[in-house]
Amino acid sequence: MNRIDQKFKELKTKKRKAFIAFITAGDPDLKTTEDLVVSLEGVGVDIIEIGIPFSDPLADGPTIQASFFRALSKGTTVKKILETVKRIRLKSSIPIAFMTSYNPILRFGEEKFLKACVDVGIDGLIVPDLPPEEAKNLCSLAEGYDLSTIFFVAPTSTDERIKSNTKASSGFVYYVSLTGITGTQKAVAQTVVKKINHIKRFTDKPVCVGFGISTPEQVKVIGRAADGVIVGSAIVRVIEQNKGNKNLVPAVSHYVSSLVKALR
Amino acid sequence: MKNKVMKQLLPDKNGYYGSFGGRFAPETLMAVLAQLEKQYQAIKKDKTFKKEFESYLKEYAGRPTNLYFARRLSAHLKTLKVYLKREDLLHTGAHKINNTLGQILVARRMGKTRIIAETGAGQHGVATATAAALFGLKCIVYMGAEDVKRQSLNVYRMKLMGAQVIPVESGSKTLKDAMNEAVRDWVTNVADTFYIIGSVAGFHPYPAMVRDFQSVIGREARQQFLAKENKLPNYLLACVGGGSNAMGLFHAFYNDKTVKMIGVEAAGHGVDTHEHSATLNKGAVGVLHGSKSMLLQDNDGQIQIAHSIAAGLDYPGVGPEHAFYHDSKRAEYVTITDKEAIEGLKLLARLEGIIPALETSHAIAYLQKLASRAKKNSTVIVCLSGRGDKDMNQISQFI
Repeated sequence: MNRIDQKFKELKTKKRKAFIAFITAGDPDLKTTEDLVVSLEGVGVDIIEIGIPFSDPLADGPTIQASFFRALSKGTTVKKILETVKRIRLKSSIPIAFMTSYNPILRFGEEKFLKACVDVGIDGLIVPDLPPEEAKNLCSLAEGYDLSTIFFVAPTSTDERIKSNTKASSGFVYYVSLTGITGTQKAVAQTVVKKINHIKRFTDKPVCVGFGISTPEQVKVIGRAADGVIVGSAIVRVIEQNKGNKNLVPAVSHYVSSLVKALR
Repeated sequence: MKNKVMKQLLPDKNGYYGSFGGRFAPETLMAVLAQLEKQYQAIKKDKTFKKEFESYLKEYAGRPTNLYFARRLSAHLKTLKVYLKREDLLHTGAHKINNTLGQILVARRMGKTRIIAETGAGQHGVATATAAALFGLKCIVYMGAEDVKRQSLNVYRMKLMGAQVIPVESGSKTLKDAMNEAVRDWVTNVADTFYIIGSVAGFHPYPAMVRDFQSVIGREARQQFLAKENKLPNYLLACVGGGSNAMGLFHAFYNDKTVKMIGVEAAGHGVDTHEHSATLNKGAVGVLHGSKSMLLQDNDGQIQIAHSIAAGLDYPGVGPEHAFYHDSKRAEYVTITDKEAIEGLKLLARLEGIIPALETSHAIAYLQKLASRAKKNSTVIVCLSGRGDKDMNQISQFI
């Protein structure tokens, strides 16, 4: 049982929901990424998603794309990110999943990448442009390494797809709350809650909701129905706004803390 | 000589051509791609659709296009008899209209009211805006800001026909970035929107669908050539960016094993520099824009910025079926530099009174190299994929 599974087990006994925070590795630099993970764990974040930047992300909105660009222009590479995670692991045992496009993994070599992930203490993978149909090899390798492979369900997913995607998922299931790309949008409809309940008819695995969540109110509403709430673009925007500010880490942690509190 | 009925073996049911292709899409698009595939399979067999499509190709686009024997060019090249498949004479000035008419008819059958497209040189954008105007559908075209600058004439054409052109400022501000933005739009507006992809690239079933709509080029050319020469040609020649005109010409000849296929990639400033678009020659296996193919990328899997004087070839990827042809050696892929392409353009203009597009000029330029290695009296069909009117601003400095 890896750290993600353990976390959900622990949360279940405590009758709590998971708060999952996304940050881009190397935005604004890898030292800050390292400090952010430790600080976010301190304010109660349950799971961290670390984005490996990609030059041409299809499934991410302009905010995350811009953060990828900032990270890449600083010379952030997969190898350097792996080293950063290794350093984080000296200070923190928070569950960490990598989120990235498929091409950096393919280029690194699937098996070599998974092995490197396990070696530095990564617990799961989220690859938005890799549907389960194309992930068979990756999934069977990941299973051997006890790495979670987290797949998506979208508002457009048919029941057939909900069934197969939840089956292929391990760790948790990622529900994309808005039909669309990531980005902070005000309307988080009540229909999301209905949809979560619908997905839960197909699986016992934790269902977490992401995309378009930015306020404590939204976190609260979604947290009632989902097993976890994922916030990405909104956090990345605060990082962007505090670029060059030596108090970046406390500022981001303060914002995230306000969201985490809404779940408790 | 009768064309054997070609079994449509590829792609396989998962959208693969050998080890290339597939459907690497965000979950939001997966169901709609499956629905598109299903509907497209049904439409393909539907006789009324076929009739409707053929009627638009004939009455509106101007098919069949001529297979023209280039007498003076052939005399100049000495060893080669050159036939030009005149896609440049189609409405809108390039082969792109074949595909956009096909896809817009599919969109109509699926009840979609909003059309989006990406464009590089602007030819696909113009062809999409044209088809959208013809059917009264709303049309949004994403175009790299760099391309908006160098292909301003096509921007005016699209606007005149009522399309909204959105300049894309991210990344290299060229075709790949336009495609990123178009996909993002589609993910957000998938309910009412149909995405018309312009090349044999993207998520399954797009590479197959675009190929099918473009394969009319090769079917006609094969028949026309047989009628004129009573044999099959020795060579087929076409430029390759994403690869739609090349695949359109090649596909009908796939089983004619004596016919050698040559795709011409853009070498830009040279394949040994970092400024080229020679994906098959210099790239590595990767996934971009929905399919597994060859890509220009660095050791970390980041996509490299392509370069070509021809905006339509300025793309770091290539259609998966070309990667398969390359891998299985069914076709050969060569390169032509920016400089050579300009010479090719001038050559055709002076010898035949035909000004080809800069993209097409790459194929023309390779004729000189082919002539030096071909046996005497060899025959070649060149896909004259587009005309050069759109490039006049850009090439005025070379005249």
